[in-house]
Amino acid sequence: MVNSKQWKAWLYLAPALVLLMVFTVWPIINTVRMSLLENYSGLKAAGGATFNLGFGNFVKVVKYKRFVSCLKNTVLLCLWTVPISTLLALLIAVALNSIKFLQKALQTIFFLPYVTNSIAIGMVFAAMFNIVGSFYGTENEIVVTAGIINNIIEFFGGHRVNWINSGSTYTANMAVMVVYIVWNALPFKILILLGGLQAINKQYYEAAKVDSTPRWRVFTRITVPLLSPMLAYVIITGFIGGFKEYTSIVGIFGETMGPANEPLRLNTMVGFIYDSLSNNSQGRASAAALILFSIILAVTLINLWVSKKRVHY
Amino acid sequence: MANQMSVLSAKRIRAQFVRQSLGKALFYAAIYAFLLVMAVIVLFPFYWMLISSVKTLDEYRLSVPTFWPRVLMLNNYISAFTTAKLGRLFINTMIVGVVSTLLSLVITILTAFAFARLEFKGKELLFAALLATMMIPGELFTITNYGTITTFGWKNTYTVLIVPFLVSVFYIYLLRQSFLQIPNELYLAAKVDGTKDIKYLWKVMVPLSLPTLISITILKMMGAWNSYIWPRLVANDDAHRLITNGLRSAFTDTTGDVNYPVQMAAVALVSAPLFLVFVFLRKYIMSGVSRSGIKG
Repeated sequence: MVNSKQWKAWLYLAPALVLLMVFTVWPIINTVRMSLLENYSGLKAAGGATFNLGFGNFVKVVKYKRFVSCLKNTVLLCLWTVPISTLLALLIAVALNSIKFLQKALQTIFFLPYVTNSIAIGMVFAAMFNIVGSFYGTENEIVVTAGIINNIIEFFGGHRVNWINSGSTYTANMAVMVVYIVWNALPFKILILLGGLQAINKQYYEAAKVDSTPRWRVFTRITVPLLSPMLAYVIITGFIGGFKEYTSIVGIFGETMGPANEPLRLNTMVGFIYDSLSNNSQGRASAAALILFSIILAVTLINLWVSKKRVHY
Repeated sequence: MANQMSVLSAKRIRAQFVRQSLGKALFYAAIYAFLLVMAVIVLFPFYWMLISSVKTLDEYRLSVPTFWPRVLMLNNYISAFTTAKLGRLFINTMIVGVVSTLLSLVITILTAFAFARLEFKGKELLFAALLATMMIPGELFTITNYGTITTFGWKNTYTVLIVPFLVSVFYIYLLRQSFLQIPNELYLAAKVDGTKDIKYLWKVMVPLSLPTLISITILKMMGAWNSYIWPRLVANDDAHRLITNGLRSAFTDTTGDVNYPVQMAAVALVSAPLFLVFVFLRKYIMSGVSRSGIKG
């Protein structure tokens, strides 16, 4: 009886387990294997080549200039976008929570960027920042239209900036990426934080009212501490998403991953892995993927450790 | 004298009241101003996409931009549709989206049922192991999976776009949670009546978990619509190319002298189904998303 029941459970699990073995478990084992075979290449392995065991792939990847630049881009994007988007989302969520009129309508508007395709809307952002014509900051340039963002800057008396075109600076490129990624990251964070705010017991606020506590103190002493589990969650998922950034850059810059004169300038960790894969350097790709995994794991653990000290339940 | 005192204090109280309500009004004005400015910033890209998509190229290229089109160039949509061959891309994406959603639902329901109701050795351990795989970035799997599907001879087929992603640990977790909320007494009663497991699953558990199943369906369909990296890697031929990949490769130029009105029309066409889903099924998307943090 017990045995037949067990047998039945495994029958229910079978389709999922078979697929997981092939597409999840085997890849984990194989990635570790390939990363430890020096200069492993699928193409050469098929031709019968053998590879030495060792940490050569990891050493090579870390010394590789292109990898270091990808790592730098990824880390910079995380360090800029996670704090900005978290802070903005917190302000918007708190503001939304304090009003009644138009609350539902505004909530819907703020969720809208979530249901978009990051490649498609990236193309819209590219159009907004792009200068049509030639613009290199030199004399005799022909600018047909400077793009709506530059138009707005000039309307307020500023100077136009070469954001993403050929000859643009790294800082300008990164600024565009930060704006786009923050815009994209807001809806999820607002949704989670607003949900958290609405779950806070109203009695805390009533007690503060009786004591006529100033608004700022209510915010820092009641709202933020009680919201800290949600804040921790939003920050952790923000970092995980940030380290996997790739398609938003393809959306704005296309497959060149940078302005026309500097291809691959904005490439990220995930981009590096795919480039290595297309070059048939599976050993290098595997090493990079494992490094990415350990970074994500480390950041998550650090966040959890900090949360344990700071988060109030 | 006493009368004068009370008039004075009444004045003071009124002044304080006015000050307080003035402060309150200013506070709310500031809050609404902040929210409205942010809402305009959030909406602006959508407005700019729509407005640009109906401009003539000449109007788009004006050095002083127009915020409302002078003439409606609906032709842009026709040229976008033909330039990007959107028809074929829509069909491919729908085939992959529908088939993978249906198969994925079946697998998810069976697996979640086993984890929620059936007893077997090592259940907790297996479930914990499954959850642990969610930590691993997808790129780590892709490297090997690319080799695997090449060995299987699946390159440039619908199979390669569907099969590797049929099992989602997150969906299993989500559905198991909602299965666990159904009282166990129902199951035991059904057992006593001699109802088969599979019949109970289909007649009781599935209908009761419909909201979760709808959330999964929407997220999975959106996933097919938005997937880019894997399809570009393994199925980049005309017959199987998916919509996001097709859009990006039809308009490779992002900077320089680009025909933006047509490009924006194509972007609007690709975004439209997502907006329709959002308008009608917002509740399910939001409840699914708030439990995940996963896009698609």
